[in-house]
Amino acid sequence: MSFIDFALIIDSIPKMLVGIGLTFQLLFLSLALGTALAIILLLLRISGRWYLSAPTMVYIYIFRGTPILVQIFIIYYGLPQLEFVRDSIFWPILKEPFGCAIVALSLNTGAYVSEIFRGGVLGVDRGLKEAGAALGLSATHRFIYITSPIAIRLCLPAYSNDVISLMKSTALASTITLLDMMGIARTIVAETYAPYEVFISVMVIYLIITWTIQRSFGWIEKRMSRHVRIEA
Amino acid sequence: MSDSGHTNIIQLENVDKFFGVFQALKNISLSVKKGERIVVCGPSGSGKSTLIRCINRLEEHDGGKIVVNGHELTSAVKDIDAVRREVGMVFQSFNLFPHLTIVKNLMLAPRLVRRSSKSEAHDTAMKYLERVKIPEQADKYPSQLSGGQQQRVAIARALCMNPLIMLFDEPTSALDPEMISEVLDVMTDLAQEGMTMIVVTHEMGFARQVADLVVFMDQGEIVESNPPKEFFDNPKNERTKLFLSQILTH
Repeated sequence: MSFIDFALIIDSIPKMLVGIGLTFQLLFLSLALGTALAIILLLLRISGRWYLSAPTMVYIYIFRGTPILVQIFIIYYGLPQLEFVRDSIFWPILKEPFGCAIVALSLNTGAYVSEIFRGGVLGVDRGLKEAGAALGLSATHRFIYITSPIAIRLCLPAYSNDVISLMKSTALASTITLLDMMGIARTIVAETYAPYEVFISVMVIYLIITWTIQRSFGWIEKRMSRHVRIEA
Repeated sequence: MSDSGHTNIIQLENVDKFFGVFQALKNISLSVKKGERIVVCGPSGSGKSTLIRCINRLEEHDGGKIVVNGHELTSAVKDIDAVRREVGMVFQSFNLFPHLTIVKNLMLAPRLVRRSSKSEAHDTAMKYLERVKIPEQADKYPSQLSGGQQQRVAIARALCMNPLIMLFDEPTSALDPEMISEVLDVMTDLAQEGMTMIVVTHEMGFARQVADLVVFMDQGEIVESNPPKEFFDNPKNERTKLFLSQILTH
């Protein structure tokens, strides 16, 4: 008997890959929703009106200051206790574990990403915004055509880190009965009592996904910063 | 100094500006007629940049009155936009949009503000790039150009809006010495074509050659303003004399 049961690894990897679709669904859906939320939070935060920015800061503080696992549990176990939630139009989403996971991951990512975007916006040289103003561009036009494209380039590295972090957080969905890769891994472990082989296998799959995300963002960054490189 | 208001394209009356408790402009009055070329000089921190930045409201003045081309500058966004459409500005640090090619830098404002068509904006952009003698750089990015070329692009970008007035905020201060003249040449051409210009600069040769009026500022005040011959050959104020001796001898 060898120390590691390779046959089990080879046997369980395809089974876990069945869950990769759900992992990707969790990742891409909550990334899209979270990014959209982040843009709204950013605009509220930099609106210059305290009654818009103050609640946004509280929201961001709560979602960045508490473990995402706790947030998932509150949404999945806590909210259904409340009658008005069960009566609301959100119930079809919140009664499903998948919906709860998407809601929790999106709300959490939105808080982080809006701070990343804010860093990007604040990093844009003031002189460029002034140049836009001096040319007669409205505040909206300046934001869309000058601040945003430059800010996006500035915050891309931090954003890619957050995408990786979100991808890893999707594994927590397995705690509320979802059979993503991690959920399947836990099921296999329960059947085979071989946590070592199974969890290492799932780890390798996550690593490959992380590597792919990193490479993709590296490529995007390179493309988007063409203007910075001086060509001969 | 303040005569019949309607012939003056720019009119400043008793303008004050504070940064916190620091008073950057003290009771500034200045009137500029259409086609006049004003050079503003003075030691750093004297308020000269603040003065021209108030004219297109990149800074808000705290007291007095500023009227540009018939629009009084208040917090009314409509008037500010109207003024900025007619007033071009060139900055010390060029401030070209780094993510856009040269020609797109020039096309952005005409497209968005003047609602020009793409081909119209492109033609205007190329016309002004020809005029600052770098049409061949049109498709490059700002970072690929030298400082002098970037500043000429910045001038062309402002001209694309067909402004009535051009403000220059130390346009040659960030340039290597060998690039200063190519920028001053463009500015001199512009002056000879009758553009109304206010130029903050330490280039006294340019002031002597081009200016109708040289304004000397110190500690937020206009200390002396005279035509260049009088200003350089016969300065009245002690502070002007000291400044000129420092800037002309080194």
